Amino acid sequence: MTAKPTALAIDQLIDDRRTRIIVCCGSGGVGKTTVAAAIGLRAAERGRHVVVLTVDPARRLAQSMGLTALDNTPRLVDGVNGAQEANGGSMHAMMLDMKRTFDEIVEAHADPDRAAQILANPFYQSLSSSFAGTQEYMAMEKLGQLRRADEWDLIVVDTPPSRSALDFLDAPQRLGRFLDGRLLRLLVAPARFGGKAGLKVLNAGFGMVTGVVTKIIGSQMLKDVQTFVSAMDTMFGGFRERAEYTYRLLRMPGTAFLVIAAPEHDALREASYFVERLERDGMPLAGLAVNRMHRSPTARLSAERSVVAAEALRAMPASESSQLAITALNLHAERIRQAAKERRLTERFTAAHPLVPVAHIPAQPEDVHDLDGLRMIGTSFGPS
Amino acid sequence: MVVSLRDTDWDGVRLHVVTGKGGTGKTTVAAALALALASHGKPVLLMEVEDRQGIAQLFDVPPLPYEERRVAVAPASNGHPGGDLFALAVDTESALIEYLEMFYNLRQAGRALTRLGVFDFATTIAPGLGDVLLTGKAAEAVRRKSGGSPVYGAVVLDAPPTGRIGRFLNVSSEVSGLAKVGPIRNHADTVQRVFRSPQTVVHFVTLLEEMPVQETLDGIADLKEVGQGGIQPGAIIVNMVRKCLDLSAKDPVTHPRELEKLMAGLKAAGLAEDGELAADLAAELADEARTQRTQAGQRRLLDAAGQPCYELPLVTEGIDLAALYRLAESLREQGAA
Repeated sequence: MTAKPTALAIDQLIDDRRTRIIVCCGSGGVGKTTVAAAIGLRAAERGRHVVVLTVDPARRLAQSMGLTALDNTPRLVDGVNGAQEANGGSMHAMMLDMKRTFDEIVEAHADPDRAAQILANPFYQSLSSSFAGTQEYMAMEKLGQLRRADEWDLIVVDTPPSRSALDFLDAPQRLGRFLDGRLLRLLVAPARFGGKAGLKVLNAGFGMVTGVVTKIIGSQMLKDVQTFVSAMDTMFGGFRERAEYTYRLLRMPGTAFLVIAAPEHDALREASYFVERLERDGMPLAGLAVNRMHRSPTARLSAERSVVAAEALRAMPASESSQLAITALNLHAERIRQAAKERRLTERFTAAHPLVPVAHIPAQPEDVHDLDGLRMIGTSFGPS
Repeated sequence: MVVSLRDTDWDGVRLHVVTGKGGTGKTTVAAALALALASHGKPVLLMEVEDRQGIAQLFDVPPLPYEERRVAVAPASNGHPGGDLFALAVDTESALIEYLEMFYNLRQAGRALTRLGVFDFATTIAPGLGDVLLTGKAAEAVRRKSGGSPVYGAVVLDAPPTGRIGRFLNVSSEVSGLAKVGPIRNHADTVQRVFRSPQTVVHFVTLLEEMPVQETLDGIADLKEVGQGGIQPGAIIVNMVRKCLDLSAKDPVTHPRELEKLMAGLKAAGLAEDGELAADLAAELADEARTQRTQAGQRRLLDAAGQPCYELPLVTEGIDLAALYRLAESLREQGAA
């Protein structure tokens, strides 16, 4: 007997006013951004005030929500049903500009002179635009900001496409640790510790560290880092604190993690990793949404009978109607097999994670680029 | 006597970088391409850089260590035996330790420093350092010689997805920003010389769907923009192509006469037909026709990019070694190797 998963009704999740944050995570190419946008629209049209935070939307999807530039500001999405009514909801959408977000933190926490000094530092510029964890850190930072602003009652976040699926959980802490870290301070200012005899050994150790780091990155860059660190000195504690704040925010009961997958072997295997990791970290997991499920076609005719019927027709004299019927029957058989395969793959996930509720989102015949398309996806969010 | 080898689209290319949007089957295609290249008889190295152990899963072998391991042998062709296929999973940490050893004889120190977290530190304060080390390993494998001739006939690099490939390959040099001078800069320059030479191309794996196609076209445009002295775009490889049913007939949903024909056909096949089955099947045909139209549109966009285009069929029953051999054969027939 195969395990039957609890059906996950996304509508229930978005209708529950206690849900304040929905985090959509999953591996690349499964339609995370589209699902996040569809959830945002659906929630808005069911009366909630939503902001959708996307990281890297496809151009046409962004246009569908009225986003034309990466400008780091939530923009009101036009065309949301019910927005004009008294009890109607609303939808804002924004694209994350990670450098801008980082700059804003610096500007908010340092006096103007010092801020200018930091912003001009080559090391800072590189860190804020290309460090592998910065995007994740800033996405979480932005999430914290939106939550604190308290202008929306639901925030839907689309997580950045990253190398390993859950970088967005680790990177903020990693970056926070780094900016906060003793190693960084010791490396750039070993002299401070030099006076005490007991630290001589440590100092020699760090001499070697500095030597190796200089070998790898060169002395000019080490100088840039030193300037950066002394300019940032007052802000350091703040980074760890902020990272911890967002991490706690994610663990609060008002947060719901939705793991998105496609009904394919690799995507579902990744989804398993996600689920296990989220559970280990005690993150509130709402369930798995399997996106792009092919509709199980009409149950009137099995794949086997379809193939037999097509064979029978092929044995008869060919005619236009037999040709057409053969094509239709073959297509039908193929679709049933496809749907059965997708079902098998999701059942395998459920066998390993029997307690995780599962939602199915049907495949759309064409890519989604407007609100109607997003709305169409939303129609599958009800109880099945 | 050397049997004259048939020309391929990539004669002279020794480093094949394979990228593609997530979910397009990039690793499978990279492996099939590597097998196809190895069938010329020389050993080929297949590298992955994303800590995913995708190659090991594909070839059904235990997780790969930081060591070149033989995972398969290419089939014989043109009367000569196939070459060995080696695989390597590169991670930045091991690559850094190797780098320190090669250039500074610092292997032990490298290990100690790794334990101290210095490695994390160095890659953190030098964004892009990790990528330089990974691409550096590929460049090293391409240039490695034994007895005066290259060790590998070709190297296939299963690279990060299209969205991150520009930064990974350092397509626009200003990305390297930080390390403007210093030893790692010199190392990066050596790596770039290999990547920017005619012996390196970047292949794009896509599906006939809008988003991966768009990313492919954007990626090719990015590479072409740099132009001379940049990194050359290679082939577009359309993966998981479904066998298309011939839908030349008119759409039975909107053409009542077609629907009647369909009903007649189903009846002739001995199916109890009350009209509803025909209506259901007609809806499926219409759906399929819409999908095919979309795909044809995407194919036209890809053709217009002006790069060689190969197609690989959808393998429904999961990729095993036999399927990889078939895909490799198909790539060879299309001139990819």
